[in-house]
Parts: sequence; structure tokens; C-alpha cells
Amino acid sequence: MELVVFVLASLMVLAGAFGVVLMSNPVHAAMSLVLTLFGVAVHFVAMEAHFLAAVQVIVYAGAIVVLFLFVIMLLGVDRADDLQIEPFPIQRPLALVVGVGTIGLVAAAILRAKDSVDREVALDASGDSNIRLLARNLFQDHVFAFELTSVLLIVAVAGTVVMTRRTSTPEAESTQSNGAA
Amino acid sequence: MLEVIWLIPAFPLAGFVLILLFGRRLGQPGSGLLATAMVAASFVVSVGAYFDLLSHDEADRAHTEVLFSWVPVSSLQVDMAFLADPLSITMCLFVTGVGALIHLFAIGYMRGDPKFSKFFLYMNLFALSMLVLVLGENMLVTFLGWEGVGTCSYLLIAFWHTRDSAATAGKKAFVTNRIGDWGFMIAMFLAFQALGSVSFSVLNEASEQGTIARTTATAIALLLFVGAVGKSAQLPLYLWLPDAMEGPTPVSALIHAATMVTAGVFLMTRVNPVLEYASDWAPEIIAWVGAITALFAATIAVAQNDIKKVLAYSTVSQLGYMFLAVGSGAYVAAIFHMVTHAFFKALMFLGSGSVIHGMHEEQDMRRMGALRKFMPVTAATFIVGWLAIAGVPPFAGFWSKDEILLFALASNPALYVIGLVTAVLTAYYMTRQVVLVFFGDAKWESHAAEHGAHGEFKPHESSPVMLFPLVALAGLAIVGGIIQLPAFAWIPDDLTHRLEHWLHPVVEFGEAEITSGNAYDNKGLLAVVATAAALIGIAAGIAVYAKHRAKAIEPQLVADAWRYDATVTAFMGGPGRKAFDATAWFDRSVVDGAVDGSARAVRGAARQVRKGQTGNMRNYAGILGIGAVLLLGWFVLARGLL
Amino acid sequence: MIAAYVPTSTWYLLLAAALFGIGATGLLVRRNPLVMFMCIELMLNAANLTFVAFAMQTGDINGQTSVFFVLVVAAAEVVVGLGIIVSILRHRPGATADDLAEMKG
Repeated sequence: MELVVFVLASLMVLAGAFGVVLMSNPVHAAMSLVLTLFGVAVHFVAMEAHFLAAVQVIVYAGAIVVLFLFVIMLLGVDRADDLQIEPFPIQRPLALVVGVGTIGLVAAAILRAKDSVDREVALDASGDSNIRLLARNLFQDHVFAFELTSVLLIVAVAGTVVMTRRTSTPEAESTQSNGAA
Repeated sequence: MLEVIWLIPAFPLAGFVLILLFGRRLGQPGSGLLATAMVAASFVVSVGAYFDLLSHDEADRAHTEVLFSWVPVSSLQVDMAFLADPLSITMCLFVTGVGALIHLFAIGYMRGDPKFSKFFLYMNLFALSMLVLVLGENMLVTFLGWEGVGTCSYLLIAFWHTRDSAATAGKKAFVTNRIGDWGFMIAMFLAFQALGSVSFSVLNEASEQGTIARTTATAIALLLFVGAVGKSAQLPLYLWLPDAMEGPTPVSALIHAATMVTAGVFLMTRVNPVLEYASDWAPEIIAWVGAITALFAATIAVAQNDIKKVLAYSTVSQLGYMFLAVGSGAYVAAIFHMVTHAFFKALMFLGSGSVIHGMHEEQDMRRMGALRKFMPVTAATFIVGWLAIAGVPPFAGFWSKDEILLFALASNPALYVIGLVTAVLTAYYMTRQVVLVFFGDAKWESHAAEHGAHGEFKPHESSPVMLFPLVALAGLAIVGGIIQLPAFAWIPDDLTHRLEHWLHPVVEFGEAEITSGNAYDNKGLLAVVATAAALIGIAAGIAVYAKHRAKAIEPQLVADAWRYDATVTAFMGGPGRKAFDATAWFDRSVVDGAVDGSARAVRGAARQVRKGQTGNMRNYAGILGIGAVLLLGWFVLARGLL
Repeated sequence: MIAAYVPTSTWYLLLAAALFGIGATGLLVRRNPLVMFMCIELMLNAANLTFVAFAMQTGDINGQTSVFFVLVVAAAEVVVGLGIIVSILRHRPGATADDLAEMKG
């Protein structure tokens, strides 16, 4: 059963990824991104990271992609690019090398370490739910980082508002991503 | 007192700084008095150091005072350190003593000169440099002083720089010195390469123990001698000294008679173990150069008409004697002659300055005469100097010259003969000078109009401030011989060889021992011969110039210094210039070309690399990606693939 | 049979690697700034996947906490990044990444 779930979710992820890269219309690309994100969320669930799956859907698919679509519509860049044009001849081979190289080398590393990697230890040994474990870890061990992250969010928002200010625009980019705070 | 020997150069340094800052306010004679006081203070400290050294045992008489670490670069460790031992303190004593007297004289001589303060500024700077030179514990400190005195010599020779001849003479002095300095520098590099240190004690120690290769020691000795030839005006680099008479007379007295020109002799004495250890032909070369220079310069002095030029060539000749002594292993005799020469030559230069002043800046001896009636003190002291340099006992010059001739005979009879002939000539030309200037008929009357005199032109005696140093130096010239009396039977033992005992720890390795042989056994006879030579020269001079019994022999060739100057100029102008142009071309194209070329190469490479800065984000991202892949690859492959 | 194969953390890691590679390639190939941004998001997701895979494997909850932070920072980054893109494209409508070459040296 887990295998089926895994295969289906992986197909979603990869299909979405290829879609982002290969679709000429940016709106279509955004939709593919949503597909990938859902696939990743399913994987999270399969890996016992329930809270993260929920957050992934709510934050990523629900806020960030919405933000992307807002900007696409606002700026009117929804016209399709022509994928055939490539001003730098070297760029495509370069991209190929980078892509294949990355995948290949990382895969090699992973496969080499396969035997030491495949032991699995149960996460919920203590019997608590995932969200409780996560919360305990976040607010006890990493509380300082947590506080800093909230500062980061505020700074990001304030900075962006200042940066994109025009004399008369109460536009959509001041919409915050709701984040964790 | 030995701990504060750094005060010895510090006083003139303070004088220099004070005059630099307040010279204009001090004015005349304020800055002159300050400068003199500073040099006199150094003298007092030197005396103190002398007594302090005396209180130590003979073997213990070397005190090094390290001021600070000057060059702390891994393998090259050079300290700013001063060495107080008998040799350096002897030098300090007469440099500061005679120097103070000359400073005093200069206060009177330079009165009325608009650049009075600047003169004393340079004089104190010179005193500082000279003292650093003699007190230097290692070659680099001595070289610092060496260069300093060269610079001051240039500044002071060209003091009245508005006069073309003076400016040219200054340049000539500096450039000729520089050629000698090249020798010094190469010697320093060799010493460092061979021994890892430039300290004199290390160098001398190595020569005494024999831990340094003989060829290296010979090379170092000869290269240092090249430096000495430049600084002490020997053949072939003596050219600058006669021209240096363009400077004010106190400068000639201090720098070109008593102190700077002796730096070469001092240097050779300082490294006497190296000379001793070097191959035998090295000291021989030094002795021969000294002897030939002595004779050469003496012949030229016979035909000079400028009162100072005679003394200049005489200095070159006497320095030749000192190098003859050094080459014969007679370091004590060389230092002895250095000291006595400082006394009588400074005396005579100051005396000539007094005469020049009294004659209203006239320097041609043919227009003088009978001055003893008008300038009695000057005349009397000058006569003392004359007798001293001629070698008439019991004046100082006799004892020192006799000692040198003794060692010369022991070394090589030919050298002795040259020395003796030179002694005769010395007496002859000095007699000529004294007779022309102070005796005979007054010849200035016919030239009175040229001096723009209002009314009667009469030479006058100089002021007391100028006469006092003359008298003091005359006294020293009379009794100076006492520091190194030879061991004749009729002289009590305590008084003999005092300088030798004092300098023993410094020169014991290099000093030649003359305790037997032809020269030693006939010491008394040699003294008589030397005296006779002096008297013959004097008699000949009187016969020719006073009594007019014989014709004066002053061939033009000799007057032109055997046309040496002209030859050098022609050479430098012709083939010399071509060589210099070629060197300059090489420097421009090859050396500079290499440097510029590397800069151009870098710029070219940068231009190519700049093409990678397209400003395009995707290209940068691509390069980032490639970098990441390479890094990943390294990590994976470093542990073996799979 | 087929059910015998249980996905192990290795599988997830390989998937994440593939996702990352595709995202990197996409970043280098696309010229529309917004699509390039989306490719960056793909790469971030790949990283998240890796973290959770390791968390599952080692039983350490810190992996999931890291994902939490990555998510937050990615959100902040998107905010700022889109702000910049908006500012630029306002003045130069229709520009692509290639047109923004002021830093050409």
C-alpha cells in the first residue's frame, strides 16, 4: 500500500516539476507548481510529518502560489514565453550538465550510503503525536531561532512595502504570507 | 658612562633638530654657539667613555650598547648598536675635539653669511653622521653614517650653490663617493651571505678563527677598500677632493682633512683581522695604492697656486701614507698618523681660512706674501703646522711619519723609497706655500684694485674666536707625538708606545710585529734619515722660493694634475657615456619592461576574464551551478565512486 | 510481491535529488523571472523532502523543525523577491532576466 502511495505521489511531484520547467505560459507553470506541492505534502504524510503536510498545503500552495498568481496578473506577464529562443548558446548545455551532474552525483552518494541509511527508527517512540513532538522541540530547543524568524518576517514585509511604494497604490503585494505567526 | 655612549651622537642630533626648528630665531652667532656646544658636549662624553674604558682590563675593553632592533627580518637581524672600544673612542675623541674647535672657528669665519644657521645645521648633521659611522657596531650602522657623511659633504661643498663651480663640485663628490659605496655594499652582502650577520665582531671573529673562506675574506677586504678609496680620495677616485675646496674653509678643515676622509682608514682598521686573514696580495695592493697616491698627489701639490688646493693634494698624499701603513700591517701607525694629521692639517686649513679672510677672499698664493707682519698669530700657528707636516722633530708629524716608514721598509724596500721621496716633496711644497704666503715681498698691492677696497688695502688679523682654535691646534701639533713615542733608549718606558697599548685589543690580530730584522735594528738611523729628508725638502723650498737661487720647477702637466681629470672627463663623455646609455636602455626596456610587461599581462588577462561578467543573472546562476556540481563531484569521488 | 517493497528513506532521498536537479535546470533555462522563482521553490521543496526523510530515518524531530524554518524563510524570501520583481517590471514591462544586465563588467 505504501508503495502505491509513494509511486502516485512521486508521479505528481515529478510531473509538476517538469511542468514548471517546460510550460511556456507562466500561469500554467504556477498550476504545475501546485501539483508538485500537493505531491510533496502527500509524501510528508507518508513520512509521519502530519503537521508539516498541513502547513505545506496551507502556506505554500495556499499563500505563496496565490502570491505568484497575483503578481503574474498584476504585471501582465502571463503571455507565453517562446521557449525556442535562447540568447546564450552555452546556457542550455550548461543547464544540462548542472542538472544531470547534480542528480547523478547526489544519487551516487545516496546509493553508496544505502546500507547505513536504511535503518529506520520510529519517530513517535514516546507515543506523543507529531504535532506535540514538533511543538516541544520548536519552543524548547529552538525558541531563539523561532523568535528571530518572526523578526525576519516583519522585516521582510516592511522592507517590501517600502521598496515597492508608489504614490497611490494600496496594491496586493502588501498582502502578507500568513506564515507561522 | 659607557652605557650612555649613545649620547655622543645624540648631542649633534639634538643640535641638528634644534637648529632646524629654531635656527632663524637663534640667528648669528646663536646657532653657531649651539652647534659648537653640542659637539663639545659629545667630546666630554667621549672623554668620560675613555676613562671608563681605561678602568676595565685590557681584554674587557669592548662595550656594545644596543639601542633597538633595527632590521628584524627573519634571517637578517640588525640592531642599531654602538660599540665602544679603544678604536672607536679614539676616533670619537679627535672627531669631537677637533670638530668643536673647527665649529668655534666657523662662528667667526661664517659671520655675515646669510645662510649662517643652515651652515651649522649641516655641520651638526655631519658630526652626527661621522659619530654614527665610528661608533657603529655593525656594517649597516657604519654604512648609515658613511652615507650620511657623504650627503653632508655634498651639502656643505655646494653650500654656496649659486656658484656653478660649487654645485658641480658637490655633485662630483657625491657621485665619486657613490662608486666607492658600491664596494662597501657588495662587501656587506658578501659578509651576510657568508656569515649570516653584518656585525663587525662576527666578521672579525670569523677571520681570526678561520671559519670564513679565504677568498671570501679577500673579496670583502678588497671591496671595503674600494669603499675606502672613494671616501678617502685615493687613486683612482681622488678627483673629488681638490674640487671640494669650493666649500667654505671650515668644511674643508673638518670634513676633508680631519674626519670624513679618514673614515676609509678607520674602516680598514676596524676589519684588520679580515685583512690579515685575506690572501697576502690584498694588503699589498692597499699599500701600493697608498704609496703611489701619496707620491702622485705630492707631485701635483708642488705646482698648485690656490692656497687650499695645495692643502687638498697634501691631504690626499697624507691619506696615501695612512693606507701605506694599513697595507703594511701598521694599523697603530695609521691611526697615529690619522690623529696627528687631523691636528696639523685642520690647523693649516683653518690658518688658510684666516688668511683668506684677512686677504678679503683672495685665494691665489701668488698675490700674497709677507703676511707674517700683518697676521702674526696665523703665521706662527701655520708655521707650526708646516713643521709638523714636513716631519721635523719633535713636532707630531715626525713621529707618526717615521713609524710608517719603519713598517714600510719592513714590508718592502720599494715602498720605503716611495715614502721617503714623498716626504721630501711634502717638505718642499709646504715650504713653498709658507714662503709664498707669509714671507717674501708683498705682492697684493698690484692687485689691490680688484678687491674693491676703499682706500688702502691692508690684510688684517682675524678675530679671537678664530685665533683660539688655531692656537689650540698648534699646541696639539707640537705635543701630539707623545701618544706613540718609539722605544728609543733615551725615552722612559712608560711613555713609549702608549697608543699601541691602548689599541692593542682591537688590532692585535692584524698588527705586524716588528721586533727584529733590518728595519728594527736601524730604527735610530731611519729616524735620522727621515729628519734629513725633511730638512732637504725645506732647504730646497727656501732656495727656490725665498732666496731665488734656483728656478722653480712647476711644469704645466703637473699643475693640471697629470691631466687625470681631463682624461676621466673625456672617457666619461665618450665611451663612458655609451656604456651608460646602454645600461639605461637595458634598465628601461628589460627591467622596466619586465615589470610593465607583467602589469600588461595581468591587465590583458583581466580583460579576458571580464568577458565572463555578462551582467546576466542566468549566466551567473549557471556558473554557480557548475561550481556546485564540481564540489559535489569532489566530495563523491574523493571517497571513491559507489 | 509488489507490496513487499516498502519505500525506504533512500527512495525519498533519490526523489528529492531528482526534484532538485529539475529545479536547477529549470532555473538556468527559463527567462521569465517569475518562472525562475518557481523553480527556486522546487529546489526548496526538494530540500524539505530530504530533511523529512532523514527525520524519519533517524527518529530525530529536529529534521522536521528545520523544514518548518525553511518554509518560513522561503515565504519571507518570496515576499521580498516578488517585491523586487514588481519594482523592476513596473518600469520595464515585459523584461526578462536577460534584459536586466546592468552589472555587466
